[in-house]
Amino acid sequence: MASGTSRNPPPFPTNDETGEGLSNLADGDSDEGEDIFVSNSMSPGVCQPVRGGELPAGDASSHTSAQSNGVHSDEDNDLFSDAQLSTDKSGSSSQKELSSSSSSRPISSFSPRPAAMPTTSLEQLEEEEDKDTFDVDVAVTNPEKVGDGMNAYVAYRVSTRTSLPMFKNRTFSVRRRFSDFLGLYEKLSVKQSLHGCIIPLPPEKSVVGMTKVKVGMDDPSSVEFVERRRAALERYLQRVVAHPLLIQDPDVREFLEKEDLPRASNTQALSGAGFLKMINKASEAVNKMTIKMNESDTWFEDKLQEVENEEQQLRKLHAVVDSLVNHRKELCGNTAVFAKSMAMLGNSEDNTALSRALSQLAEVEDKMEQLHQEQASSDFFIFAEVLADYIRLLGAVRGCFDQRMRAWQRWQEAQSSLQKKREVEAKLLWANKPDKLQQAKEEITEWEAKVTQYERDFDRIGMTVRKEVLRFEKEKTKDLKTQIIKYLESMLQSQQRLIKFWEAFLPEAKAIA
Amino acid sequence: MTATLDDRDKEKMRSVSVDLNHDASLLIDIPDALCERDKVKFTVHTKTTLTAFQKPEISVPRQHEDFIWLHDTLVETEDYAGLIIPPAPPKPDFESPREKMHKLGEGEATMTKEEYTKMKQELEAEYLAVFKKTVQVHEVFLQRLSSHPILSKDRNFQIFLEYDQDLSVRRKNAKEMFGGFFKNMVKSADEVLISGIKEVDDFFEQEKTFLLDYYSKIKDSTAKAEKMTRTHKNIADDYIQISATLNGLSAEDTTANRKHMEKLSDLFEKLRKVEGRVASDQELKLTELLRYYMRDIQAAKDLLYRRARALVDYENSNKALDKARLKSKDIPQAEEHQQQCLQKFDKLSESGKKELTSFKGRRVVAFRKNLVEMAELEIKHAKNNVALLQGCIELLKNN
Repeated sequence: MASGTSRNPPPFPTNDETGEGLSNLADGDSDEGEDIFVSNSMSPGVCQPVRGGELPAGDASSHTSAQSNGVHSDEDNDLFSDAQLSTDKSGSSSQKELSSSSSSRPISSFSPRPAAMPTTSLEQLEEEEDKDTFDVDVAVTNPEKVGDGMNAYVAYRVSTRTSLPMFKNRTFSVRRRFSDFLGLYEKLSVKQSLHGCIIPLPPEKSVVGMTKVKVGMDDPSSVEFVERRRAALERYLQRVVAHPLLIQDPDVREFLEKEDLPRASNTQALSGAGFLKMINKASEAVNKMTIKMNESDTWFEDKLQEVENEEQQLRKLHAVVDSLVNHRKELCGNTAVFAKSMAMLGNSEDNTALSRALSQLAEVEDKMEQLHQEQASSDFFIFAEVLADYIRLLGAVRGCFDQRMRAWQRWQEAQSSLQKKREVEAKLLWANKPDKLQQAKEEITEWEAKVTQYERDFDRIGMTVRKEVLRFEKEKTKDLKTQIIKYLESMLQSQQRLIKFWEAFLPEAKAIA
Repeated sequence: MTATLDDRDKEKMRSVSVDLNHDASLLIDIPDALCERDKVKFTVHTKTTLTAFQKPEISVPRQHEDFIWLHDTLVETEDYAGLIIPPAPPKPDFESPREKMHKLGEGEATMTKEEYTKMKQELEAEYLAVFKKTVQVHEVFLQRLSSHPILSKDRNFQIFLEYDQDLSVRRKNAKEMFGGFFKNMVKSADEVLISGIKEVDDFFEQEKTFLLDYYSKIKDSTAKAEKMTRTHKNIADDYIQISATLNGLSAEDTTANRKHMEKLSDLFEKLRKVEGRVASDQELKLTELLRYYMRDIQAAKDLLYRRARALVDYENSNKALDKARLKSKDIPQAEEHQQQCLQKFDKLSESGKKELTSFKGRRVVAFRKNLVEMAELEIKHAKNNVALLQGCIELLKNN
């Protein structure tokens, strides 16, 4: 067990910053992490989330690589492993915070990181991720209309069940409204520390849909709208908590836990454009960049192309599934109408046995209508909506690639600024103006620091994007497999019930005489 | 395109009417047909032991218009006024597949090669289905005639089966059509008149009420069934596109997702075949059943109207006789006319009763057969679906 503080930790920034610091580290600076923990001893006093962190020093390095994945590493960690991790991160994060906040000071205490991440550690990271178990379950339920008229809104219950110690309780629930979800996304999407991450997207705003609901929640289209939104919000949150970095984000925790959340005010920004439009606009800006990036590694180019192709294909698939949903609904309606007609015919029939059989047929068709209705619902919620989610998520993935491009651009621009400063210095040297020279030298130092900073930012984002894409692909494969199986099972059930209905009808038909 | 239908196919198709073609003395079938642009040429094949025919086995080419001509001449024959004349087969309607073909041609640019091929296959299958259906209804028409004790002996029927030249009835058809139009007009006016007639016979009163009501209901059911089966076909088509798009997705996928997409694409390809069969079986056993009996009931209604008209004639002749007696003029003619009307009316009533009773039986038997077959097919196809779905779920879970 670690003794008391053997070194004084640097002054701790506020709680909120810790989250960012965590993610900074988790972006994959495992080298740096190792530097910190091998050279410094643990500082349990620094422990910020509540548990008393007792840190066996020896465990530190084994945790380092696991850190980047998220909260849990191996199951045979001791009781306070979570606390350890948070503490470790807190310790290093505070150092990072200081360095990033004052960009003028060179980050000399850290060994310069290699520009390209060696693939071995990437593979190591991938392996570690496999062992992850995220013990957080969220559900979004009980939509309730609050208020009346045009100021009315729908409140949803967000319930969380978790064994993660960073939460105050094991199970808890809060009430949230749609704009709260948008607000969460807004907060996450602007965090520098999360740049390069694939941040899940909440469902889009819908003025039409919401107006109907405000007016009255009873008609079937409103009910469907609310259910659709509820399901989408649930999937959104499930993706957020499944993300190793986001689950540790204080904004996320606050969203899940805090009783009263301050009303999100800047969701207006998302109102007109919608997320994909936003991302696409940003993409266009990137495409207009005149300086073309010289990729030493084609991975990024290739992957972006893959993502774009996949997005296109998914759109196509979604359109067809949409058509299927509509046809299924149509079939539902036509079957109901036919059933009624058949019932009337049965009534008119004068042969008793045939009359009964026709009435039975009408009942079977009524049951079929219900089957079709349920199947259409399945088609929509399990198949179509999930496809729609992934179309938007792929858009978010594209957004990450754009963020990387912009980071590169910033670096290049800093480099050219530095060059200009150097030229100025040279001129001043030649013109022999010592006072201005001093200033020029200071500026050069400033820009040198910036260049270095931006270069590491760029590398870091690249690392993040790579890791994120791999994680995303894994998640997607797993998720899609689950959804497909669920969808097929619903179809299977439907067919099995169909068999029962017709098998019940058959003796009636045979009884006709 | 030529379509040859083997015996198995024909056995399956012979869904609507029953108890036909059992009398070996006159066996008729349509073994093949040719589709040339808009025209369908049926080969009518007859095997007979009757001496009235010139040869024991005959094959002649006939067009749809020839069938209509035959039907119309039978309807116009006074002697058959007391019989239910089997309804004329509807005109071959390739509108739906033709429209689809058009759409396919337009969409060719946006589809993948596989998708296009699959849709083309589906289209050809649909074309074939329409084709088979039209052959069947024409065949059933002839078989109804051949199994009827009186109609099978009709002279025009014989000509239709035997005459090895082209029945150049086109000119006649034009006249007929005009005539037909007028007749229909008059008939509807009659319908109004006749529904108001006081019926003397309970049996016919009941039949009239029943048939009028049943007709409107079955007409409605036919239309609704048709809409239902058509939407079913749309779903089968959607499955094709889903399968093709999934294929496209899996082709480009470099992750573990690829296998899942492939399996799903495969499944949808198989599902759509089943779904397509469900739709076409439903159409054949349900929609076509309802449609056929709708037209048959119309034919029965026609019988009722002919009889009712005979009743009106009889009543008028009574009135004329009374008038003649009053004026003491032309009494014997009036008497004779009255007698003729009475005879005609009685004959129609007698044969009408027989026809309507056997029609009832025929209808019930046909419904039974088709509903049983439809239920059995629904179960069979659903079991197929279950097997396919279970198989795919297994594969995915074990992956």
